[in-house]
Amino acid sequence: MKIAVVVNEGPYQHQAADSAWHFVSAALARGHEINRVFFYHDGVNNGSRLTTPPQDDRHIQQRWSELARQHNLDLVLCVAACQRRGLVDADEKKRHGKDADNIADGFRISGLGQLIEASVEADRVVSFGD
Amino acid sequence: MATLNIVNKSPFEKHTLSQCLSRAAPGGAILLIEDAVCAVIKGGAYAEQLVTGQQKVYVLEPDLAARGFADAALPDSINRVDYNGFVDLVTQYDLVHSWF
Repeated sequence: MKIAVVVNEGPYQHQAADSAWHFVSAALARGHEINRVFFYHDGVNNGSRLTTPPQDDRHIQQRWSELARQHNLDLVLCVAACQRRGLVDADEKKRHGKDADNIADGFRISGLGQLIEASVEADRVVSFGD
Repeated sequence: MATLNIVNKSPFEKHTLSQCLSRAAPGGAILLIEDAVCAVIKGGAYAEQLVTGQQKVYVLEPDLAARGFADAALPDSINRVDYNGFVDLVTQYDLVHSWF
């Protein structure tokens, strides 16, 4: 089955980012297709490669990036949410004249249309948030 | 069209479980995850309401365990699921609705 996932909460905020990752991992292990994970609102903070949690803590961003690498996942950050929160890729850096970018491997920045498209194409949509 | 309702906040913190119980259509299911798992504890203020409702009730076992409720007594009709069970519920029901 094709499942789209929405993450509305940032990492280490409460539990939604962890729940979503565990759900996506289990769905993939059970042979389902995750056609997109869309990160919205504070959820875009999952995609910052500059996060440095303590060594004995789980690294939420790296877990997403690793899962994306293993399963060719499409991890999409909402562009408007990114602009508000300082999540920048190479294009956004250039477009807004910033001095750095900080998007992590496996993530890309795009628009809300990606959420609509994923929802239309998927058999189920599962949202995680606060 | 049967719906899987997902609730993730404690009913002692937010009203999403009450709202879900009063609005969810019969024949669906309620899955309690994260802090919402504390609603299922036998003798608690919400356990009775959950078992007398017209939805099947599931609770995410790892989230129960994370809160020290691994061995807690649950009403008989409430089913424990792991993340694989969570995925299966999502595929078994036609719609998935997260209550925020």
